[in-house]
Amino acid sequence: MKIKFILNGKKTVVDVPGGMRLIDLLREKLNLTGTREGCGKGECGACTVLLDGKPVNSCLILAAQVDGRDILTIEGLQKGDSLDPVQRAYIDTAAVQCGFCTSGFILATKSLLNENPDPLDEEIKRGIAGNLCRCTGYAKIFDAVKTAAEYIKEEN
Amino acid sequence: MSAIGKSVARAEGEERVTGKGTFVADIKLPSMLYASVIRSPIAHGDIIEVDDSRASKIKGYKGIFTYRDILGENVIPVVFRDQPCFAEKRVNYYGEPIGVVVADSKSAADMALSRVNIDYRELEPLLDPLKARGNERIKIYGEDNIFKHLKVRNGDIEKAFAECEVVIEDIYTTPYQEHAYIETQGMVANPLPDGTMEIYGSMQCPFYVREAVAAVLDLPFSKVRVVQTSTGGAFGGKEDVPSLVACQAAIPAYHLKRPVKLIYSRDEDIISMSKRHPGWIRYKSGADSNGVLKAVEVEYIIDGGAYSTLSPVVLWRGTVHAVGPYRCENVKVDTYAVATNKVPCGAFRGFGSPQVLFAAESQMDRLAEKLNIDPAEFRLKNILRTNDTTPFGQKLSWSVGAEEALMRVLEKSDWKKRKDKNEYAPDGKKIGYGLSSVFYGVGLGAGGKHLARTGARVMVEGDGSVSFSVGTTEMGQGMRTVLAQIVAEELGLPYENIRMIPTDTSRVPDSGPTVASRATTMSGRALIDACGKPRNSILTEAARMLGVEKHQVILKDGMAFSRVDKDKQISVMEVINSCFAKRMPLSGEGWYVSPETSWDERRGFGDAYVTYAWSSNVAVIAVDMDTGEIEVLKIYSSHDVGKAINPSLVEGQIEGGVIQGLGYALTENIITDKKGRLMNTEFATYIIPTAADVPSVKPIIVEHPYPEGPYGARGFGEQPLMGVAPAVANAVRDAVGVRISNLPITPEKVWKALRKYED
Ligand code: FES
Ligand code: FES
Repeated sequence: MKIKFILNGKKTVVDVPGGMRLIDLLREKLNLTGTREGCGKGECGACTVLLDGKPVNSCLILAAQVDGRDILTIEGLQKGDSLDPVQRAYIDTAAVQCGFCTSGFILATKSLLNENPDPLDEEIKRGIAGNLCRCTGYAKIFDAVKTAAEYIKEEN
Repeated sequence: MSAIGKSVARAEGEERVTGKGTFVADIKLPSMLYASVIRSPIAHGDIIEVDDSRASKIKGYKGIFTYRDILGENVIPVVFRDQPCFAEKRVNYYGEPIGVVVADSKSAADMALSRVNIDYRELEPLLDPLKARGNERIKIYGEDNIFKHLKVRNGDIEKAFAECEVVIEDIYTTPYQEHAYIETQGMVANPLPDGTMEIYGSMQCPFYVREAVAAVLDLPFSKVRVVQTSTGGAFGGKEDVPSLVACQAAIPAYHLKRPVKLIYSRDEDIISMSKRHPGWIRYKSGADSNGVLKAVEVEYIIDGGAYSTLSPVVLWRGTVHAVGPYRCENVKVDTYAVATNKVPCGAFRGFGSPQVLFAAESQMDRLAEKLNIDPAEFRLKNILRTNDTTPFGQKLSWSVGAEEALMRVLEKSDWKKRKDKNEYAPDGKKIGYGLSSVFYGVGLGAGGKHLARTGARVMVEGDGSVSFSVGTTEMGQGMRTVLAQIVAEELGLPYENIRMIPTDTSRVPDSGPTVASRATTMSGRALIDACGKPRNSILTEAARMLGVEKHQVILKDGMAFSRVDKDKQISVMEVINSCFAKRMPLSGEGWYVSPETSWDERRGFGDAYVTYAWSSNVAVIAVDMDTGEIEVLKIYSSHDVGKAINPSLVEGQIEGGVIQGLGYALTENIITDKKGRLMNTEFATYIIPTAADVPSVKPIIVEHPYPEGPYGARGFGEQPLMGVAPAVANAVRDAVGVRISNLPITPEKVWKALRKYED
């Protein structure tokens, strides 16, 4: 079936088989491999993308479900050469180790800060609790979220 | 120093935050096929027939490949050669690979897999290592199901126990631990027209993969090229088992003459890949009235699973670490790696030591309590210092930071001030403090000394950019960044100029595995050696340009200047341009062999490791007396790392390792059913810490330089995991008076113990 949606700010029309998952549409058909698959069951958050600004597990929804909606993936964050403040914050705080979870965390952070530009520690914890990281122990990821909040404030 | 000791940004940071496709799952090659692995549905039995006639009806099906399609030896070589690549007749664990089916899409391969019929005869499985050891009826390995037995003998154990004022004896058990790297295992095999097999994939040890692929395809090493793709976490879980995955892709790729991709699903990964060995430890120790640790007797059994894989060396490390970081003159240690009909266990951060150290450090607290002295004081009395001799007879002549690590953690956690043991949190929970001290032998040590070597190559280009290659791998720990800092320092160039080429067996000689916290020290030293030649050209040319003697030239921050006359300076870039124009050599090859180690297996004595990392931990917890639930509030964790080349990466290793240790302490465990099937094979049921569960971790860096290490650095990446479980167990005892000796420390266990304690 044919679906139309906004992908990283661009109108996109693709033909997808009925049962295709969103993650497969992104990774296999559109070559946007920045969205990672860690479990395929909605349990790790590595495949997080933003659907109309809200984080969803792209391994759990069907491509057909995004018809007429707006999808943001990790590839859509950068503006030209300049990184998004959330991306910069993850680098500057050393919040990336192996980095397999990073795309998902950055998008979860993006959505958290859109909703709540000044999150308390507890709100940060809850905001990213759906994403698993086995490397960092989360300490530097908390720093990244706080630093990203500051970067965004500075920019505005 | 310019680049050393600085928290420069991680080399691959930008690549990761922009989601670049450098992982194995991202690879797409023309005409690529997809494999799915046929696995044993039983833990023990005989395969009668594997039938793919119904699978062959699937559109795009390319065929089935089993042991019959192996050209060389049906083996995955690790220490012994008992593990087949594909089971022939006998299967020994649930999920054991029998073959693969291949199709032109992953979904077709999976569909074909579901249509493969396996006819088998089931046998009774041996699941309990205590029953497997010496079992008369069922034999999985040799005559007694023992892969390896090791020991340490020192002093007179009987006499020493008789002289002790206090003696404690108990049995401790520890569970499986799953690595739970977020990127599952995966490989792409790409056969080249000239007969070379190229392998791309997620791994720690490309040279192991090369050996295995060469063995099953009967190819010389020179015709197997293994390239590591970005690796999404490993922790030991990508040490030996990627060899299996690579062979599963390489065998069909060879026959079909097309690239084959194989990416594991999460539950397949948990079912069939290695884990931390479950441990059973009988521990008896005693101290005299002065608080001197007099005698330690240990029997330690690890559940190796169906094949020996890394068990013999895991066991060896556990044997060496059994007493902990203390002096003790009377020691008797017996350790056994036992075969069972379960998935083979292997390497996991700590490598056989966390299990036995959980017992050792629980015992230290119990002895202190019985002697009625502070557990910190008891440890300080016995802790190893420079010039002491270890319980296995190794004289430590340098850089033993154990005492400082302990003092610093006590200081930071305000241990001394905490006189009032009846402390309650505002929500009514009971507060407890727990301490542990551990150590970690850096590198392979005598147990793997034939592999203790590394190669490196450095190439300075005419434009001042530098690329280097090593045989060890980056898997998130930060090796690539730290090594780039070392190269920058050696050549006097900015860190940004330096780039590591992904690890590739065709670029450097066999450099051994990336395990045992050895990458920084080993590859660091090999790189310093490799930088020698280009550095010499740069110094020679700079001296000429500055009009000074060569030994007077200092390279720093992109500048070459004279030691005597600081006004004389010139940019290293200009020097390189000149070297280039003059055709001076600007590339180099390096090699490093680790200092001698030794181990006498009959007595269990020797200079086991070249150096040790030292650590102490304090866990502060709050226990809910009604439910037994434990909330961990803070963990202080100190580590003697020799020299922190990149402090923020060191912190990252501490924070991440501590949280893995916390999962081990509180929630992580794999359950097997009566038939040997793994029950919790997804993140919904195998519980690792989430952002919502973690306490604040306070990393403390101690630096007693290791003279052989690059700039004094020693490896330590595994150690942060190791001391957490005993610190938490000791904190539980401190808080509510119960002693939990079986990990994980679940609320149920605490609650039950509390009820018993109150009665
Ligand atoms: S891959 Fe989608 S949640 Fe794990
Ligand atoms: S950085 Fe490796 S899983 Fe998060």
